[in-house]
Amino acid sequence: MKRTGGGFIATAPPWGFPVEEGPGPLKTVWSRFKRNKIALAALFILLALILLSLLAPVIAPHPRDYQYLSLKEAPPSRAHPLGNDSLGRDNLTRLLYGGRVSLAVGLGATALQLSIGILLGALAGYYGKFVDTLVMRLADTVLSFPSLALALTAAAVFGPSVYNTILIIGLLSWTETCRLVRGQFLSLKEANFVLAARSLGLKEGRIIFRHLLPNALAPLLISATFSMAGAILIEAGLSFLGMGVPRPTPSWGNMLEAARNIRIISSRWWIWLPPGLMIFLAVLSINLIGDGLRDALDPRQRR
Amino acid sequence: MRHYLARRLLQVIPTLVGISFLVFLIINAVPGSSLSYLIGPHMTWEQIEAREKQLGLDRPLLQRYLTWLSETARGNLGYSIRYSGRSVADLIRARLGPTLLLTFTALSLSFLVAVPIGVYSATHQYSRGDYLVTFLTMAAVSVPVFFLGIAAVKLFAFDLGWFPVGGMTDIGREHGSRLGYLLDLAHHLVLPVSVLACAETARFVRFIRSSMLEVLGQDYIRTARAKGLAQRVVIYRHALRNALIPVITILGLSLPLLFSGALLTEIVFAWPGMGVLSLEAVQTLDYPLLMGINLFLALMVILGNLLADIFYAAADPRIRYR
Repeated sequence: MKRTGGGFIATAPPWGFPVEEGPGPLKTVWSRFKRNKIALAALFILLALILLSLLAPVIAPHPRDYQYLSLKEAPPSRAHPLGNDSLGRDNLTRLLYGGRVSLAVGLGATALQLSIGILLGALAGYYGKFVDTLVMRLADTVLSFPSLALALTAAAVFGPSVYNTILIIGLLSWTETCRLVRGQFLSLKEANFVLAARSLGLKEGRIIFRHLLPNALAPLLISATFSMAGAILIEAGLSFLGMGVPRPTPSWGNMLEAARNIRIISSRWWIWLPPGLMIFLAVLSINLIGDGLRDALDPRQRR
Repeated sequence: MRHYLARRLLQVIPTLVGISFLVFLIINAVPGSSLSYLIGPHMTWEQIEAREKQLGLDRPLLQRYLTWLSETARGNLGYSIRYSGRSVADLIRARLGPTLLLTFTALSLSFLVAVPIGVYSATHQYSRGDYLVTFLTMAAVSVPVFFLGIAAVKLFAFDLGWFPVGGMTDIGREHGSRLGYLLDLAHHLVLPVSVLACAETARFVRFIRSSMLEVLGQDYIRTARAKGLAQRVVIYRHALRNALIPVITILGLSLPLLFSGALLTEIVFAWPGMGVLSLEAVQTLDYPLLMGINLFLALMVILGNLLADIFYAAADPRIRYR
């Protein structure tokens, strides 16, 4: 997104007095986003999922880890609307709590990959030369990792935990961010406003983060959205294999671990269907929001 | 071209070394002995230390890595801990066939399905059908592949009984007729291939659609239309051919995702490939096997990308590699 484009990022001009603006960048984006009804619906679904997860301790009908021993694998009933799992725990309760973990892992991993990607991309793009070569070779290497196999290996060695899951996913998924930031920096670092900032004697850190980085904000926001969807999927995959979020903490992925048993698949749908649908719903909503954001932020690239 | 090829092939080596060193670091990052699982009433620490010395585990990290590297360069990937006595190379070789069969059938299928859908979507931009395709592709990349697999097993294997629940062949089939064996194999392939191909197809459709849209806006398409060529000829002969060239790159880039999906699909369907092997290696912390699998998968990804680049150069005469 160029500064001259849709006017999304109108950072304050370096000379510091206010200029007259239109409806304001955020408002413009929101009004464009709103027009996409599917993306809007997705946004509401995601907000609802977040709200339900946040309120889990308040609205959950049962204690999270309590085992109703007489109700192992019991089908849905009035007291347990989604039935009970193999240990007799209430599925609905665990589904609500599971959302917290799955969404938090997605958010945490995305935040981590953004920090790594922005830092490395900025270094590569701003300094160029051998820093650039080094960073891009590193990115190429990470890109050709067999990601799930490597994530599994790391999880097995360091032991499955929520933090390790976030760390592993974050460390494996920063390349796209890095490429984006680097590209933006390469094309802008010779621009006049950077030259001006430099001749004013601003520190390099300030030029990088206050003058250059805001220009990459729009594509970063879009790619971060898709990356969060991807992170939730990887967490689900790792946890499904027993190498992500460890029990008894529920996550949507590790609730599905029960479905590695053929008997559960064939005759206990209430154990695996709800968490699977929740992952699908959350990831789909986030992806649709990303699609809507892309249309709203970059009108030239309408799908 | 030959020069370019040689340079790219040479670049594969440092990348592989980098990846293997990283995996080696990860595996050795845990403090303590990698033989501590042997401790028990029949094994004292002294005996374990002696065994460590015998296996060379007491030497410095870098030295051990260099040993591994030089052995690997000679084709010796070491021996598995879990399958005691079997070499890692043998284990991988035995599981390679089923995995390649699954992934390449899925890859070809998704490509064949994606082309007509992508073309339709691009030629009917903003129509109701286009919106439907866009939404469906979004859904396909959003569903966890293992959940899709579980749902498919439940619906098509258990409830409808159309396909087997898992595995690659029925027991005893290998002794029957060749045709019967192949039919049985195909019967077992249908569900895992469809599940794995789902997200891959969606990715291809999205890419073919946008690539087609870009090509359809070019001047030579307008010229072709102005000459009075039939719509079908313009789209399939003039536009599609050029639109597919960048798709080759995506074919290469999608390999890591494809292998990750295959790993999960194999586990759901008990497909006797690398996926099940990886999970076993992870669960038993079989270090040599883990090293071997990661290195091998990385090699496949890199070679896939290289192949894609070569095909790309071959398909597009505008590209000159130096």
